[in-house]
Amino acid sequence: MGFKNYCFKKSLWVFHFGGASCNNCDIEILDCLTPRHDLERFGILLVGSIRHADVLLVNGSINTRDKERLIEVYNQAPKPILVVAIGACGCTGGYFTESYTFAGPVDKIIPVNAYVPGCPPKPEAIIAGIIKLVQNS
Amino acid sequence: MAVNLFYFLVFPGLLFAAVTGAFLSWFDRKITARVQFRNGPPILQPFYDFFKLLLVKETILPKHGSPLIFLVAPIFAVFGATMAGVFILLPLLNITTGFRGDLIVIFYLLTIPSFSYIIGALASGNPLAAVGGSREMKLILSYELTFLLFIAGIIMKCGQHFDLYSIIQAQKAGSPFIGSISGVLLFVVGIFCIQAKLALVPFDMPEAEAEITEGIFIEYSGAAYAMIKLTKYIMFFILPAFLVALLMNGFRFEGIHILWALLKIFAVVLILTLIRNTNPRVKIKQAISFFVVWMNLIAIIALVLIAFGY
Repeated sequence: MGFKNYCFKKSLWVFHFGGASCNNCDIEILDCLTPRHDLERFGILLVGSIRHADVLLVNGSINTRDKERLIEVYNQAPKPILVVAIGACGCTGGYFTESYTFAGPVDKIIPVNAYVPGCPPKPEAIIAGIIKLVQNS
Repeated sequence: MAVNLFYFLVFPGLLFAAVTGAFLSWFDRKITARVQFRNGPPILQPFYDFFKLLLVKETILPKHGSPLIFLVAPIFAVFGATMAGVFILLPLLNITTGFRGDLIVIFYLLTIPSFSYIIGALASGNPLAAVGGSREMKLILSYELTFLLFIAGIIMKCGQHFDLYSIIQAQKAGSPFIGSISGVLLFVVGIFCIQAKLALVPFDMPEAEAEITEGIFIEYSGAAYAMIKLTKYIMFFILPAFLVALLMNGFRFEGIHILWALLKIFAVVLILTLIRNTNPRVKIKQAISFFVVWMNLIAIIALVLIAFGY
């Protein structure tokens, strides 16, 4: 178990699910993968297909249309999968909590392993969140 | 029999080629990172990726499609790559197989991984995988003639020998083939063919990750994807080794020559990586005209030069 878990922690591949986002969190997530912050030194890669993913990053407020798609993406992912909610909208709903299209924060829809609050969170905060996720998993 | 199994599974075959290829794949990622002013992954990163996929992740079968063919295709890919690796690496290690004509067999075995990818992609029933599969087919059609002309040039140059061992011995007796005009032209052609065979960036339209989200590999997960990674690692070692064997004198394992052997492999991989990092992805039409017109032209010029003895 130790070896398996070690390999899993050392090579987390990330799939990015953007809900009804204002794109600030998307840009900060992409910032993490640029040369300045370079998440590849921890073995973290951005992948295009949910079938290859180990981490599902969810940001933006989840509205009624996104909800079924998020559930579908989560069901299509090979287990074990870690879910990270990024930004105020992903964690709690933030500004859009009262909206009539809002379908609940991410943890009401799928189980969430880590929360990175902020509007938007800095890349340093996202990296810190991922490190905590790796250390606790 | 036992010796053959050892050749296939352990020393020049599966284990050795996979481990070396994994290190070369790390080298490729590290150079890519350094080109982009990044730090890059740790040296054991390919092993973490492989064991994570093999041991931890779940394998999901597509609902619409043929599960058996979908799962068997990666196994065939590993088999083809390993078999080609054994045929390429045994002459490089100065072990003669006594098989005249293994160059033709290597040529066919090297296409098995690509064909397996296509079959697996079409068996998955995913439309993006079908797009990737059709692009891979067009890519094979375009580079395969060029690769055959490249091998024909080597055969003409060494005086009608069809086995790798005699080609390496002919170079060791004389001078390496790359030290002539036709040799340099053949090297250029060979590098681009390898680039397309490995599906590295100018020719990575079958698995364009931003455009059709990994294309042919989109449905693979878990252990099946680990097999594909393994094939990619093996191919990343044996194709540069093949080029070194055909044009650059092969390997020698005594004293300082071990360092030279390593440097030759690293130099070829470095060229592939730098081409990959400094070029955008081309369209499939552009790739076909690149190979069918320009690379074939260079290969034919090289053949003519060889016929006149340059």
